[in-house]
Amino acid sequence: MVSLFKNTFIEKRTIVLKKKITRLSFLLPTLILLAIFILYPAISTLYLSLVTPSGNIDPISNYEDVFGRREIINTKGISQGFEFPLGALLHNLLWIIIHLPITTFLGLILAILLRDVKGNAVIKSIIFLGMVIPMIVGGLIVRFMFDKYVGIIPSFLNIFGVIPKNWTIYPETALFSMILGSIWLWTGFSMILYSAGLSTIPQSYYEAAKVDGASPMRIFFSITLPMLKPITTVVITMTVLWELKIFDLVYVATMGGPGGSSNVLALQMYLYAFRQYNFTRASVVATILMLITMLVAIPMIKSSKGEERS
Amino acid sequence: MKKNIFHTIITHVFAWAFALIWILPFVGLFMTAIRPYDEIIYGWWKFDNFTLTLQNFVRAWNHPTAALSVGMRNSLLVAIPATIFPILIASTTAYGFSRFKFKIKNYLFITILILMTLPQQMIAVPIFRIMKEMHQLDRFLGIIIVHSAWAAPWIIFFMRNYFSTLPIEIEEAATVDGASDFVVFFKIVLPTCIPALISVAALQFSWVWSDFFIALILVFSPDKLLATQRIPLMRGVYFVDWGLLSASSILVMAVPIIVFALLQRYYIKGMVGWTLK
Repeated sequence: MVSLFKNTFIEKRTIVLKKKITRLSFLLPTLILLAIFILYPAISTLYLSLVTPSGNIDPISNYEDVFGRREIINTKGISQGFEFPLGALLHNLLWIIIHLPITTFLGLILAILLRDVKGNAVIKSIIFLGMVIPMIVGGLIVRFMFDKYVGIIPSFLNIFGVIPKNWTIYPETALFSMILGSIWLWTGFSMILYSAGLSTIPQSYYEAAKVDGASPMRIFFSITLPMLKPITTVVITMTVLWELKIFDLVYVATMGGPGGSSNVLALQMYLYAFRQYNFTRASVVATILMLITMLVAIPMIKSSKGEERS
Repeated sequence: MKKNIFHTIITHVFAWAFALIWILPFVGLFMTAIRPYDEIIYGWWKFDNFTLTLQNFVRAWNHPTAALSVGMRNSLLVAIPATIFPILIASTTAYGFSRFKFKIKNYLFITILILMTLPQQMIAVPIFRIMKEMHQLDRFLGIIIVHSAWAAPWIIFFMRNYFSTLPIEIEEAATVDGASDFVVFFKIVLPTCIPALISVAALQFSWVWSDFFIALILVFSPDKLLATQRIPLMRGVYFVDWGLLSASSILVMAVPIIVFALLQRYYIKGMVGWTLK
């Protein structure tokens, strides 16, 4: 009797153990992969950014060195009345200041307008195409569009008396032509998200507002915009992350030139690491990028971890 | 009523004008690719002479130093396993995060969310060193592993959210009948997830195909270069050969565009779900 009880007890324990092992095997392969190939590299980059080339832990001198570099922040360019190059960090900032409001707003307007346009699926696909193509092709198209001879934009502006030139090889236009091109590439993103968001707003809200005699403006500001707030958070976050990480486009369109006047942080990190073999500076730039992206992403991370099933 | 018609016309004109501007770069690229160089040198929009030629595509395909025929094959050899492998392991993990209870689950999940926002630059230097140590530099296996690891966080996130929308009763019933977690997952749960898996596959395949940064760091011998890496190499030394460049751009972007065209619904659902929930 006692031995029988003991046996079932052991059996039960082995079943529980077996179950635990199965459950571990659901999680472990990916977690190990992530630990080796993402987490460990990220931590060593962070560590590398804290250690001076001579081997002392001295983050302040490393970061001071990078922030003092003219390719990161060019105080001379700023003091000369914002003459390019301004430095990669400020170029990224400028990119955000111009690109973020335009793409977000344009995407919203398009999503609203296209609701009752015939053939809206075709128009949406066309605008979304910029999100589908490789960014390296996107960068090439930017160069192509702004080329002195084959580019349609300089030729078009020639009608208004602007002398055609290669926009991407002049310091004062290189960055702006890429920002313009990236608006063309990215507007599809906010448009698609807002379109999806609009379709979740119940039609009855609009009908009720119309019955009450609300103007289209009033309906937009009191119903549409507040209902789209969570989408706006996502659109803004993802757009800023994209703007910070921009690399391929610049690599193929201008390579950051001329003279660094269209350089961005992600490209400068690559140049430090794989052209100049200065891994300390490269790691500092990468860490700065990571800190900014994390700061930007915190609201979204906070909102997404809480929605687990109870 | 009159005001309504006016409004409709304005909206339509605006929307289609917008679409026209937006497609113009693609039209230009296409026109440049299918015509000889001397016809487009002063603008592809001039149609005084119009000769149709596939010469640019042939030259891009058989380019002496950066042949796209090899590049596209290489990209397929990387993108297909780098789509299947992470989906397999990450969706399994996602199921674990959605259904199992364990102590450090929340901390692990937040870590994964943070990894999702990481810039690729953050792993570039160490991953180069690791791959060198493992003798996987300049090899497809190395880049497949990095892409799989890189994709795992967002696939886990996406699939976990999908799993939490599924009814749990069927799984519980199967467990009561004595089915193990593996049987429940692979036989019951996974078949109901096919739409979500197609979304993930469409996006992951397109992204790996379009990737440039990871390839730039890990692959460098001329016969191994991926399709995206070959485009910057096709720039001429003395002049920019736009015929060749536009033809190769069209070939390289054709693959993700075909994926998008065939799986449009899944592609957009993946995009919206991946960012929204």
